[in-house]
Amino acid sequence: MARTTTPARRTGGFPYLLVLPAVLLFAAFVVAPGGYALLLSFQRRKVNGGLLGGGTHTVFAGLANYRDVLGDSDLWSGVLRMLALGAVTVPATVFFALLFAVLLDLERTRLKRITRLTIFLPYAVPGVIASLMWGFLYLPATSPIGGDRVDFFGQVAVYFSVGNVAVWGAVGFNMIVIYTALRALPAELSESARLDGASERQIVLRVKVPMVMPAVVMCTLFTVLAALQVFNEPNTLKPLSNAVSSTWVPLMKIYDDAFGNSDIYSAAATSVVLTAAALAVSFATARIIQSRVQQEAA
Amino acid sequence: MSVIPRRRRGAAAVALLAAGLLVATAACGGGSSGKKSDASGTAKSKGKVTLTFWDWDPNIDKVVATWNSSHPDIQVKLSNPAGGDQLVAKMITAHEAKNGPDIAKVEYQSLPALVSKGVVADITDYTKDTVTRYDDATLKSTVFQGKVYGVPQDVAPLMLFYRTDLFAKYGLSVPKTWDEFAAEAKSVRSRAPRSYLTNFDAADPGWFTGLAQQAGADWWSTTGDSWKVDIADAPTKKVAGYWQGLVDGGSIAKNPSFSPQWNKQMNDGTLLSWISGAWAPAQLGGIAPGTKGKWAVAPLPAWTAGDPATGIWGGSATTVTTDSEHPAEAAEFASWLNTDDAAVTEQVKQINVYPAATSGRSLPVLQAAPAFFPNQPDFYAEVKKVAPAARSFPMWGPDVTVTFTGYTDGFSKALQSGGSFSGALDSMQNATVADMKKLGFTVG
Repeated sequence: MARTTTPARRTGGFPYLLVLPAVLLFAAFVVAPGGYALLLSFQRRKVNGGLLGGGTHTVFAGLANYRDVLGDSDLWSGVLRMLALGAVTVPATVFFALLFAVLLDLERTRLKRITRLTIFLPYAVPGVIASLMWGFLYLPATSPIGGDRVDFFGQVAVYFSVGNVAVWGAVGFNMIVIYTALRALPAELSESARLDGASERQIVLRVKVPMVMPAVVMCTLFTVLAALQVFNEPNTLKPLSNAVSSTWVPLMKIYDDAFGNSDIYSAAATSVVLTAAALAVSFATARIIQSRVQQEAA
Repeated sequence: MSVIPRRRRGAAAVALLAAGLLVATAACGGGSSGKKSDASGTAKSKGKVTLTFWDWDPNIDKVVATWNSSHPDIQVKLSNPAGGDQLVAKMITAHEAKNGPDIAKVEYQSLPALVSKGVVADITDYTKDTVTRYDDATLKSTVFQGKVYGVPQDVAPLMLFYRTDLFAKYGLSVPKTWDEFAAEAKSVRSRAPRSYLTNFDAADPGWFTGLAQQAGADWWSTTGDSWKVDIADAPTKKVAGYWQGLVDGGSIAKNPSFSPQWNKQMNDGTLLSWISGAWAPAQLGGIAPGTKGKWAVAPLPAWTAGDPATGIWGGSATTVTTDSEHPAEAAEFASWLNTDDAAVTEQVKQINVYPAATSGRSLPVLQAAPAFFPNQPDFYAEVKKVAPAARSFPMWGPDVTVTFTGYTDGFSKALQSGGSFSGALDSMQNATVADMKKLGFTVG
């Protein structure tokens, strides 16, 4: 057929068809449950009456759940702990990921493949398993790394112990992201820098690292998001010691409200608050880092 | 054996994360049999009936198989979605989705909560004969305001389990009073500096609750339709003060039970005793497999010499849910499971339960020692001796999980940063009352 069509007519509804699966999945697994959680957050369960309540019904609670949630000191201490934990995990994860990526990228480095795989491997270990494994390493009775002399679950130490599990699991993935960006840099860049008399260290710090900054930014964002959602590590380590309470971080509080106390309404309200905060923080983080990168590039 | 450490909440955690920060996914509980709601009366259903049964007892499948082979018209399909408190959460979720099981095992302390949420059905009409097989003290746990909500499976008086070999080695005698217990705890530290008489478990509230019951605490009681909550009462404060003294004096260990650390301590003789429910023999095999035949049971130490009172830890009932289309058949199975001599014998053998049914307590199978205690053939005789003096609260509250979380968080914090146990009790009291009021219960 030699018929010609204008571009607009040729495409028709096709682009919409292409994005349809993504939109449907987003609607089914993000918008719908999100909307349901929002709905729940304005409700509350009340017993019907009598000694045992005689069944329950839900009532419209207005903003009462939000008032309770925002006034709950447990949640705020949880937020503080989450921030303290993030202060450990975010810089450590990004720093080690960048360090390992740069080292792997050096020409002198030997056994690159096996090293890369070894550093990446912890990422493949599910968080719960990793936490259990580290738990055994920390506990005095089972520790091969001096848990009988050092209290890994001490008041301050516990942040580093929990953070360590998260960092251990996340470094590999972030390293690969940065390493891939490093490999994509044209070899001529390093070469010309070398010809200009730059040392290996200068090439890394002045040429390579600035050029992979976008990848580092992305890793930072990933890590910040992970820090806001921290749950697996402290929740798995909880039964091993007295150091981690059931509301240690905000997600644990949500979990405890929903599944421990069967109060999905409070849990929904906390979730909505936390989601809003997480969105705000991630946008802000992205903005700040992005603008700094642009400044440096300029 | 009825107690599953309440902190084993593992798997569902992953699901929550996967859902981003949105809790709403809770609704996707696993259901099976398609059911429609119907308001059938006491009439039995015609034809073949299949019932679903949620229970986490190891080997309960063998008992169910016995039923299935003799009842072709009422087939019971067993599944084990979770244990203890986790199963309670699953039952509530499944009920919301209208696809709960027909029958479920429920620990006594969770029953009022499940009744108040409308999950567990009133089976008074189907259990007129069954209830005559129990004494009044046992029925208190499943009969509320004259209505029957479950068929009791086992009772678990709190007792003292101790290492006979190590007690002999260090020249200790079995303590009969709490004063003796405290003195022994101290002397263990001097005779075997690496060992402790026991540990204070801040993670699982079951044992502490039992100790409070022994001392005479009534955390919940009722008058008419109104509740009285008294968690920080004088007996409980006495118990808390006693243990605070042992902890502060360094006489006992402070790490939680049911952890890898604790398992090792129980296995290698770091811990010489365990205050536990009568179901302990079935658990010890998994906790400290290397200590078979080295344990014995004794009555719990008393506050005043000769007082037989003790508390309870755990114990369960078989319940029928409001979602069941066949409550009559479900109740029939629940009654059989817990009162039929053959079924109860099988349960004692397989699960080491101490039966709740009066006739079950005289079964010949109780003459034999539990598999892990071959050295103590009079094990069940010891349990039988203390069982009549085991006291529970007049009734369990409708929001026990809040109280128990308060225990875990409050006592852990006190152990971790040197706070007071008494303060932890006060916050448990406040949290419990606040939650009950929020739900709309009348708290006097």
